[in-house]
Amino acid sequence: MVDKAMYEGNRETAWCPGCGNFPLRQVLVDALADLDLKPSQVAMFTGIGQAPKMPHYMKVNGFNGLHGRALPPALGMRVANKDMKVIVETGDGNAYGEGGNHLLHNIRRNPDLAHFVHDNQIYGLTKGQASPTTGEEIETAVQPNGITAQPLNPIKLAVSMEASFVARGFVGNRDHLKMLMQEALKHRGYALIDILQPCVSFNKVNTYQWYAKRVYEIGEEYDPTNYDAAMKKAEEWGDDIPLGIIYKNEDKAIFHDKLPQVDDKPLVEKESTPQDKEYLLKEFK
Amino acid sequence: MSEQVALTGNEVMSQAMRQINPDVVAAYPITPQTAIVQTFSQFVNDGDVDTEFVPTESEHSAMSATVGASASGARAMTATAANGLALMWEVLYIASGTRLPIVMPVVNRALSGPINIHCDHSDAMGARDSGWIQLYAENAQEAYDNAIQAVKISENKDVMLPTMVNMDGFIISHAVENLNLLADEDVQDFVGEYHAENPLLDSENPVTVGPLDLQDFYFEHKMQQAVAAENVKDVVLEVAEEYEELSGREYGLFEEYKLDDAEVAVVALGSTTGTAKTAVDNLRENGVKAGLSKIRLYRPFPAEEIAEALADLEAVAVMDRAETFSTTGGPVFADVRAALYDMGADVEAVNYIYGLGGRDLKVEEIESVYKDLEEIVETNTVEDRVQHLGVRE
Ligand SMILES: Cc1ncc(C[n+]2csc(CCOP(=O)(O)OP(=O)(O)O)c2C)c(N)n1
Ligand code: SF4
Ligand SMILES: [Mg+2]
Repeated sequence: MVDKAMYEGNRETAWCPGCGNFPLRQVLVDALADLDLKPSQVAMFTGIGQAPKMPHYMKVNGFNGLHGRALPPALGMRVANKDMKVIVETGDGNAYGEGGNHLLHNIRRNPDLAHFVHDNQIYGLTKGQASPTTGEEIETAVQPNGITAQPLNPIKLAVSMEASFVARGFVGNRDHLKMLMQEALKHRGYALIDILQPCVSFNKVNTYQWYAKRVYEIGEEYDPTNYDAAMKKAEEWGDDIPLGIIYKNEDKAIFHDKLPQVDDKPLVEKESTPQDKEYLLKEFK
Repeated sequence: MSEQVALTGNEVMSQAMRQINPDVVAAYPITPQTAIVQTFSQFVNDGDVDTEFVPTESEHSAMSATVGASASGARAMTATAANGLALMWEVLYIASGTRLPIVMPVVNRALSGPINIHCDHSDAMGARDSGWIQLYAENAQEAYDNAIQAVKISENKDVMLPTMVNMDGFIISHAVENLNLLADEDVQDFVGEYHAENPLLDSENPVTVGPLDLQDFYFEHKMQQAVAAENVKDVVLEVAEEYEELSGREYGLFEEYKLDDAEVAVVALGSTTGTAKTAVDNLRENGVKAGLSKIRLYRPFPAEEIAEALADLEAVAVMDRAETFSTTGGPVFADVRAALYDMGADVEAVNYIYGLGGRDLKVEEIESVYKDLEEIVETNTVEDRVQHLGVRE
């Protein structure tokens, strides 16, 4: 068993008291430790935002890059070392706004990484502007008249592209969220979890109570491998918000499968023997 | 008519935008710029302006939407900082190459990585060759005045180039200052109505903006852009004169502070020039003939004028709030030194890179620069041509 204390950071957080990122971090530590993963076996990639501060506040290998750009470096790492568990931790703004394009192409490539989106339906770090998932009824400081664009349904987008693992969690349902995270971490391929995470400072509509009243856990009878059922489930939002694995396709090839030149060994463990390639030069003699 | 107010740099910049009353503003939030657009969007909501406000999903889109609006004949603005400006980069060239008179406040902040939200000039300096006019300000008053003048400079028919109105992040953007706002009508009269020459929306005279331009004409179009840049200096001075009549505040290409009889001087831009003025005053009290040249128009660079102003000095220190990693000094240094070389002036020029990532620069540190200059004059030797000031070893 891995001791959870190994994951505990020693820095004070700059998150607001009551922020949904606190329970999310706790669940993440539980999920990793209970999978018997040591911090040294985990690499976390983030961008800029409240959610992306995660590697500052727990002990894992962390890469803190540009706003919206966590996926591309994570993919690079995945190719270089397939033994590490690679986690991408982003906000909704990072994942669906500035980095939206990366999301699309990542789904197409299906690399083996787990992507946890802290979806607070707002730009938290920059103090409360609308993100792509902000509801139309919400007024923000930059959109005092409400949002003029239709909110994005990330689950529907991912399912429609047949992403290999699509789930929704809520930080208020901790055991359930832990199960989802563990399934995502075990999944072979790209696993996206949209995690409802209240921002207590800047989103006064989508509060803990708001979510708690609406969310329900999908029952055992639901078959996440059924695409048509998944598209239907993905539509649900509003009065009833389903939590759980909405869609799963384990047969889909992953990025690595398509790169025969990259074998099972992490690049760092490979011996470099350029002298063996001398025969290639002979052609030019 | 003007009004005394106490506002932050960001607040006064949003006031300038309100008074300019652009047709379109498209923007994306980024610290330390966010407050400009946030305050402005409240003006939009309250009906204080006639602006169409477009919140976008990235700065690339914000600049692109601004370009689209400007090409359609609208007076269009946006604002950004740091990585936001970096993300706009390819579109910056579309704006200048298409000769669109967009005005954009840039709240200067260090570029990642590593991440830092505080002031330096790495963002704007990275875009210094993008064909945009660049104005720099010592304080919020100047930033406000520059923004209003920028509209007139950019839209001048001999110019038709976009302008970045730079203002130091946090130091100016977040500090409250006493300043004078012009009356709304006066600003409106000053900037006048914008009439684009070949707008996209003129259905009777259809035009295409930005089509393929290969070996046959690309070079000529770039040449026209270079000629427009040549015209900027005169237009900046004309507009400044007109603005002085309105505001009583004097502007030029750069400001000379106690430079007339100076033997040693500093060249700088941005908020540090305020600190440098205090250093000059202190040194003058002790008999040191110290002076300052504060650059306002950095792009295009008024090389001849600056070299002339510095020609009678014995030694000059150029201050750069950005690294070029060329190992030959910062961007402003390269320009000033080249200008002095062209003039054949016998002035020793050295460079200090300072204040990266918001590192504070104190009066004593600037005084120490003047001390170094005196030593150079005395010993006739330069030990370190390029130094980093205020960095821990
Ligand atoms: C290129 C660029 N543009 C803008 C920003 C400013 N910025 C930082 S975080 C952020 C939004 C974060 O929202 P989200 O991803 O939802 O994360 P949260 O803070 O809500 O967890 C923005 C706009 C930036 N860092 N880089
Ligand atoms: S602003 Fe919102 S998301 Fe950010 S730390 Fe505070 S509560 Fe959490
Ligand atoms: Mg968010």
